[in-house]
Amino acid sequence: MIEQNFEPKIVAFCCNWCSYAGADLAGTGRLKYPENVRIIRVPCSSRVEVQMIMRAFQNGADGVMVAGCHPGDCHYDTGNYHTRRRMMLLQSLTSFLGMDPDRFIVKWISGNEAAKFKSTVEEFNETLKKLGPADKVRDQRCGI
Amino acid sequence: MRVGVFICWCGSNIKNMVDVEKVAKEAEKMPRVVYSQDVQYLCSEVGQADISKAIDEHKLDRIVIGACSPRMHESTFQQLLESKGLNPYYVEIANIREQCSWVHTDKDKATVKATELVKKAVAKSYHAIPLTSDLLKVNKKALVIGGGIAGIQAALDIADAGYPVDLVEQKPSIGGRMAQFDKTFPTLDCSACILTPKMVEAATHENITLYTYSEVENVAGYVGNFKVKIKQKAKSVKQDICNGCGDCMEKCPKKVANEFDEGNSKRKAIYTLFPQAVPNKPVIDRDNCIYYKTGKCGLCEKICPTKAIDYNQEDEIVENEYGAIIAATGFDIKDPQDLSEYYYGNHPDVITSLELERQLNASGPTSGKVIRPSNGKTPEKIVFVQCVGSRDRNKGNAYCSKVCCLYTAKHTLLLNEKFPETESYVFNIDVRTGGKGYEEFYERARHKGAKYLRGQVSKVEPLGDADNKLLVRGYDSSIGEQVEIEADLVVLATSIEPKVGSSKIAGLLGLSSDSDGFFSEAHPKLKPVETQAQGIYLAGVCQGPKDIPEAVSQASGASAKAIILFNKGEVKSVPTTAMVNEEICSGCMQCKPVCPYEAISREYVTERVAGKEVKRPVASINRALCQGCGACAGLCRSGAMDIGGFTSKQIMAEVDTL
Ligand code: SF4
Ligand code: SF4
Repeated sequence: MIEQNFEPKIVAFCCNWCSYAGADLAGTGRLKYPENVRIIRVPCSSRVEVQMIMRAFQNGADGVMVAGCHPGDCHYDTGNYHTRRRMMLLQSLTSFLGMDPDRFIVKWISGNEAAKFKSTVEEFNETLKKLGPADKVRDQRCGI
Repeated sequence: MRVGVFICWCGSNIKNMVDVEKVAKEAEKMPRVVYSQDVQYLCSEVGQADISKAIDEHKLDRIVIGACSPRMHESTFQQLLESKGLNPYYVEIANIREQCSWVHTDKDKATVKATELVKKAVAKSYHAIPLTSDLLKVNKKALVIGGGIAGIQAALDIADAGYPVDLVEQKPSIGGRMAQFDKTFPTLDCSACILTPKMVEAATHENITLYTYSEVENVAGYVGNFKVKIKQKAKSVKQDICNGCGDCMEKCPKKVANEFDEGNSKRKAIYTLFPQAVPNKPVIDRDNCIYYKTGKCGLCEKICPTKAIDYNQEDEIVENEYGAIIAATGFDIKDPQDLSEYYYGNHPDVITSLELERQLNASGPTSGKVIRPSNGKTPEKIVFVQCVGSRDRNKGNAYCSKVCCLYTAKHTLLLNEKFPETESYVFNIDVRTGGKGYEEFYERARHKGAKYLRGQVSKVEPLGDADNKLLVRGYDSSIGEQVEIEADLVVLATSIEPKVGSSKIAGLLGLSSDSDGFFSEAHPKLKPVETQAQGIYLAGVCQGPKDIPEAVSQASGASAKAIILFNKGEVKSVPTTAMVNEEICSGCMQCKPVCPYEAISREYVTERVAGKEVKRPVASINRALCQGCGACAGLCRSGAMDIGGFTSKQIMAEVDTL
């Protein structure tokens, strides 16, 4: 059942060099996007461990986004290629867990794509609103 | 653990959208927070003094800042902590400006979010570990990629400071675009006259090694210690034996379009790029040489008095080490053939400004005469079209190419001087003359009779008369009317674009580019020559359109950065490196192949198991090489790998505050 006025929680792991910078630029450009996104800064999208994503879902995230530099633009040369491979695996695992794969997205957002950052968050937010809370993998014991 | 929280107003930037007092109050309730305060400007001296005082009075050992992006001021606060005897990595920043006050419109919601961001940072701060960096030796040698005026200037400056420089140029000669120009604005100096001495100086400087006809193949390493592979393409002429007599070029039967003259003249298959080329010894263009195509000919070998021709020469890979790299890869111009309204490519008398530049040049394809390519006669009416492919997102590039207004003014002046009977019309959106003496120069062009029409050209088409003239249709907004001009020659000021192949260089160097393909500087205002990659600097148009004085200044700026690095002689290594927990590392070495810097190796620890000494493999990090990307930590299935500043505990703590 989807609650009325459901505000999804979004966790966004953003790499320091591209996507975090893109989010900063969205700020500098005074672009507006929903409040419910929490950005976690990581050196490179390849730093993100699968456990971190699963923990986010367990602890209340309705959607998780991993964002890094465009393929070929990685500050560390090859990091995002590893991200791509690793996260594709996780994507198939989410469906295996019975979770809607649309709750987990991987995006390439460069340091100057402020508008893309904004639109990605907005679209993701809309998708999650339709999907409702992600209680399938939620840790139910602490009553979130 | 005693955490202090400081919330910045950033003047009104944060305060207008976030209730900073409330956030500071809420922070006080967070576990282990013993002090909290809001401050008008945390980055100011007063703000820093407030933090410093609170550290002393409340014995704080973790600092959490709610302010602008850590990308702005993280190092400011880190330095403050260091000066207070705390580890710089004991400060954590909640980005409540870029990620909150600036992007939201509901003050209540923004205040809640700011509080949560602070809570997240506080949680992360509990798990902060002290980090240090090592001092690494810098290899005091520079690599400059690109032998145009920017690259030459950068190389000369570094060489004059006493450090060796390698200058790599993909063409057979250095000189770049400036060598193609006839005169330079606003002084009308002869371009070659001011450039050639610099080229010669670069070639003869004891600290400079030229690699012409060469390309950078691979770049590894990091600031102070880059390892670079340079491919020296086979020149097929032994450069040490050739005396540059040029007999071979005369006798070579194969003629090809001369790129130096924008295709408007012919050169031979064995050639020097232009008469004053440096080095002034020919190379064989194997793609066009008859010998390489059919195995026959061999004329140059027969004719060469010094026996310098060597058809079997092979490409050579040179491997060198550098402390700093300067990218000066320059530009190309947009092919106006994409913009069909200008009829370029369909009528010989529609040419680009660079083609006109070559015509004007005494050693160019027309020996300095300006002609209509269709009939070789001097044109009477010349129409200049500005912003061809510039300042129009839909038809090319959104940006302004910056130099076209001035070089067109120059062209009208030169035409007026050499061929007073010609008439020049300049269609423009507006004329941009920022630069010393530039407005005066433009005024002079108008004064001498160039007619400026404010408006854009909608179409160029053949008139179909006996003279094969062109009809230029455009709009003159100053009179609010459509105008038509029957022109003998149409000159297109085509957009400047990043050099073809510069994206490959960006990939090799780990540089990011802006949406137009120009290399991105580290900060648009305060770090215009640095890049996000330490030890790599930018010079010239590869970073964005600029004129010669700007390119030269930037080159000197870039070389100053390299010289500073060399003078210091050492750099601090990245403190946020990977760390292995040897206890739980299984020695699987899955992490090794993902490391882009080859920083991971297998080592052995000795342990006592059941009374026996055993050796167990574990991963080990070379901290000098590791750049802290975290690819290894993201992958490690044992959870044995961690990244300083971004440990699993720290990130999990952030996740848990959801
Ligand atoms: S750190 Fe992890 S991935 Fe690397 S060898 Fe040890 S267990 Fe394997
Ligand atoms: S963090 Fe790991 S993968 Fe990245 S550079 Fe360091 S050792 Fe290599």
